[in-house]
Amino acid sequence: MSATVIEVRGLSYAYPDGTRALDDVSFCVGRGESLAIVGANGAGKSTLLLHLNGSLLSERGEVIVNGTAVHKRTLREVRRAVGVVFQDPDDQLFMPVVRDDIAFGPVNMGLAPDEVERRVRGALERVGALHLIGRPPYRLSAGEKRAVAIASVLSMEPDILVMDEPTSSLDPRGRRSLLGLLGSFGHTKIVAAHDLDFVLDLCERTIVLHRGRILADGRTADIFQNDALLEESRLERPLRMQGCPLHGKKKGRRMRR
Amino acid sequence: MGKLDSSIREIRELENLARETSFVHRLDPRVKLIATFAFIAAVVSFDRYEIAALVPYLFFPIFVAGAGGLPLSAVVKRLLVLSPFVVLVGIFNPLYDRTVLLRIGGLAITGGWVSFAAILVRYVLTVSAALLLIASTGFYTLCGGIERLGVPKVFVVQLLLLYRYIFVLTDEASRMARARAQRSFRRGPMEIRVFVPFAGALLLRTVERAQRIYQAMLARGFDGTMKAGAFGGVAPRAGSSGDEAGDYGAARANLGRSIRFSDALFLGVWVSLFALFRFVNLPAMLGDLLLRAAG
Repeated sequence: MSATVIEVRGLSYAYPDGTRALDDVSFCVGRGESLAIVGANGAGKSTLLLHLNGSLLSERGEVIVNGTAVHKRTLREVRRAVGVVFQDPDDQLFMPVVRDDIAFGPVNMGLAPDEVERRVRGALERVGALHLIGRPPYRLSAGEKRAVAIASVLSMEPDILVMDEPTSSLDPRGRRSLLGLLGSFGHTKIVAAHDLDFVLDLCERTIVLHRGRILADGRTADIFQNDALLEESRLERPLRMQGCPLHGKKKGRRMRR
Repeated sequence: MGKLDSSIREIRELENLARETSFVHRLDPRVKLIATFAFIAAVVSFDRYEIAALVPYLFFPIFVAGAGGLPLSAVVKRLLVLSPFVVLVGIFNPLYDRTVLLRIGGLAITGGWVSFAAILVRYVLTVSAALLLIASTGFYTLCGGIERLGVPKVFVVQLLLLYRYIFVLTDEASRMARARAQRSFRRGPMEIRVFVPFAGALLLRTVERAQRIYQAMLARGFDGTMKAGAFGGVAPRAGSSGDEAGDYGAARANLGRSIRFSDALFLGVWVSLFALFRFVNLPAMLGDLLLRAAG
């Protein structure tokens, strides 16, 4: 494995109301790796992602990005390196025009106007959405919003892309093209997802979270074949690995009637 | 709630009209803003019994709609939507104010009816001018104009965010209202008993969304100030149809320009006309003239 870009050590977090969200989580991510974080609802996936760019600051344990510990003082640096695509694009696209949304990050980074424009066009081209540049975000379809939300992060040219449920509210075609798009990126990717088929296609490595703890960390293909583990973490095999009830022999989980 | 939803959507439709490229559309937004405010100020400054002197002011909305190619029906439709409120405001005047101002044959016209009519006329004038301003400019361009007039950026950003999220929030509210309507088997409006927690839940959702938005802003390096260049717009490039730049984008890019001769002319002519209408009662003069000619 190549150099480590993110290291999480003994991370614990409880929400102000006392809910324990993360409990002693540790893992490393190497450059260029694609890592999936899976788990049932409330397993702590989103909370973990929010720590990766310092949206939440660790209570116990630490997060180290490119050799820099995430602190209040290092937030600028960390956020430049880690781009987060949030679950609801409506939260991410807050500017009046798509162009302004893509430019928001670069402008805040203090780049020169020419460079800002170059990055805006570059990022939109990358996600195949240059034709949307002058549209207001509320007039976009869910798939277009997703693409633009990703571009709004790409324009900051981060090393690491963090995505929370990127396939939620996408139709099958939109999901397919997102998969192709993300597959073409050379970034280090960390993706929280319920869509395990998507994970199977995109990520070679998977971490299973359950009630704030890491239950497993390993090759995606291995994890999705470990039925005992999936059962314990309230997950199921990706549909593709369940055997087709119409054409194939059933493998894996028994279908309940 | 369904009504609120659809009337908010109507604003969006009005915005479609802002895509035209007529003479009025191409005027500097600042000029249109100032002219509209001068118009409104002049109209509301009249005495409450004055109707005749207000009539010449009709030229302004008619001119803007005509020169801008904006269908008057779009304005009239929206005027009607709001009119019940205005009628409610003025309808008690005839009861309170019973001084007889005028007798036409056996019919006594009281001050209350006159002031009620004056309220309606003023409503039609001011609101149609405001609607036409939005329809010929577009909200975002308008905000740009407001900013260039020197209004602090904080307020402008508030306006822009309001406009961005009002649709998201009304969507949310109407989804909640639909969910409630499905499970409540009585007809008619929401009871107060239900409304209170409903409004509370909506507020909480809104606060949560605001937090998520703020988080997304921070994640992209926001430090509390909107930097120069944040609102850039997109200049339409040579050879491309206006489509790539998009209408708002192009309009915003157009914001940086300075006042042109046509802008100055528009502003000068109309503001002086407003002043003229204000201090010289043209309909009365016309009436005198006719009477004298007849007599």
